[in-house]
Amino acid sequence: MHIDKDLVAASATPLVLGILAEGDLYGYAILKRVGELSGGGMQWTDGMLYPLLHRLERLGYVSSSWGMSEAGRRRKHYAITPAGRAALADRQEQWNVVADALRQVWQAAQRPPAAEAGWA
Amino acid sequence: MMELHADLEAQIGRWRGYVQRRQAISPADVDELEDHLREQIAERQATGLDDEEAFLVAIKRLGNLDAVSREFAREHSDRLWKQLVLVPEDSGAAGAPSWRELAVVLTLAVGAGVAIKAGLAWLGDGAVLARNLGLLVFPFLASYFAWKRRLTARVGAVLLVSFAALAVVLNVYPFAAGGSTEVLAALHAPVVLWLLAGIAYAGGRWRSDSRRMDFVRFTGELAIYFTLLALGGAVLIGLTSAVLQIVGVDLEPVLEDWLLPFAVPGAFVVAAWLVEAKQNVVENIAPVLTRVFTPLTIAMLLAVLAVLAAAGGLTDVDRNLLILMDAILVLVLCLLLYSISARDPLAPPGLFDALQLVMVVAALAVDAVMLTAMLTRIAEFGFSPNKIAALGLNVLLLVHLVRAAWLSVGFLRGRRPFTALERWQTRYLPVYGIWAAAVVVVFPPVFGFA
Repeated sequence: MHIDKDLVAASATPLVLGILAEGDLYGYAILKRVGELSGGGMQWTDGMLYPLLHRLERLGYVSSSWGMSEAGRRRKHYAITPAGRAALADRQEQWNVVADALRQVWQAAQRPPAAEAGWA
Repeated sequence: MMELHADLEAQIGRWRGYVQRRQAISPADVDELEDHLREQIAERQATGLDDEEAFLVAIKRLGNLDAVSREFAREHSDRLWKQLVLVPEDSGAAGAPSWRELAVVLTLAVGAGVAIKAGLAWLGDGAVLARNLGLLVFPFLASYFAWKRRLTARVGAVLLVSFAALAVVLNVYPFAAGGSTEVLAALHAPVVLWLLAGIAYAGGRWRSDSRRMDFVRFTGELAIYFTLLALGGAVLIGLTSAVLQIVGVDLEPVLEDWLLPFAVPGAFVVAAWLVEAKQNVVENIAPVLTRVFTPLTIAMLLAVLAVLAAAGGLTDVDRNLLILMDAILVLVLCLLLYSISARDPLAPPGLFDALQLVMVVAALAVDAVMLTAMLTRIAEFGFSPNKIAALGLNVLLLVHLVRAAWLSVGFLRGRRPFTALERWQTRYLPVYGIWAAAVVVVFPPVFGFA
């Protein structure tokens, strides 16, 4: 299934913060985790992850440090900060409200319009 | 799996070179992207693709380089600042041919010179000219940016009205000759004018924090360029006048009447253009300058503090000393603003940030001493426009520095991002403009134009 790109963009920040809340990671591993979590449904343009990570860093939600990969390359690792956790909690609440509203409206749409029949 | 072949290495090398040409993507970002690319390639190879295929897939996954670099540009607009190739919607007059820009700049520079010359001729060289000096030069600077940034008619009109209102206030108020409100108005008007020029610089988007930071950066670079031009000009004039003197021609009348009135304001406008056009050159000097002058300023502040402490009684401190100390504090503030604007906001806290905090704390100590001295003077001799103006400036500086110190401590302890410190500076800037405008507009009537 292909996910609409606006939806991907909107969920990018909470998804990245949530993944980093599980533990420190570097860019490629974050994208792999996104793929695992969505069963391959959420396709990001790989390059776009980095400006996003840099923005989160500027906002103070994540911190970064340079380390080494197993192959001896320079690799930048990202970790979530307390401010990032607070932002994540905030986003989580927002998404819960959205998801809840959607769930209700889906259910209402599936139900046959019994009430209206009674009025007739 | 990690053993990559020569062909692939060459391809990655070419890709790196290609990405590096993007101004918005820094070398460290290219490292980060390369690590990603190699990781992706290795994984594709593990699923059985050959080098070529793996490279192509990895490149494709990375996305359209134009789009990616635009994203980088949006996030790191400070990097583009030095290149003047802003994201398309910001490009403004970047497309104008450079000869046309040069013509505009030179016309405005000559215009500023003519304005000063006319001012000298009609306003005399006394207090009236002193009050209007800024008004004769800054509109030309603002015009350059209005042209360069293609200001909307509304912003242009607001600027024009503000300039005109300031001109009216400065010239209609019946200032008492030699009174202190006149001197205060003449001193504070340039601050208001400077911030008005800042609105033009920001292309009307003065609410944007990053535009304000750009303007701070611009101000610092402008000071450097103007100093360099002045030094060069002084050497040239000195040599010429020495030669002429030997031949028996005195350059001084020409120098005073024609050369300086045109050269100084002209150099000011040209320096503004140089900052716009040649930012790359100064970019490398700015961090060095701030690193050299921060420790020196700390030494100066500590020496001043020691002297003040040794001098004892503060009530009989000379009034001129208080004014000088205000000037020192303003200078410290400029240095602080400039070093913050020159710093990479993502770099982790380092020794220099600690030094900067020391400087702020030293300045705070000096400011506290000054405030006590002023309050005791006021308690003893009563209010005067000078004292209120100095007191107000000191309170503004105190608030600015205390908050800056607080945020610096948070940053050094890793509790806050550097941007919090940056944002405080940019958000606080207009306060100085409002205060300066109040001193110009409100003080004279309140104190009876004395």
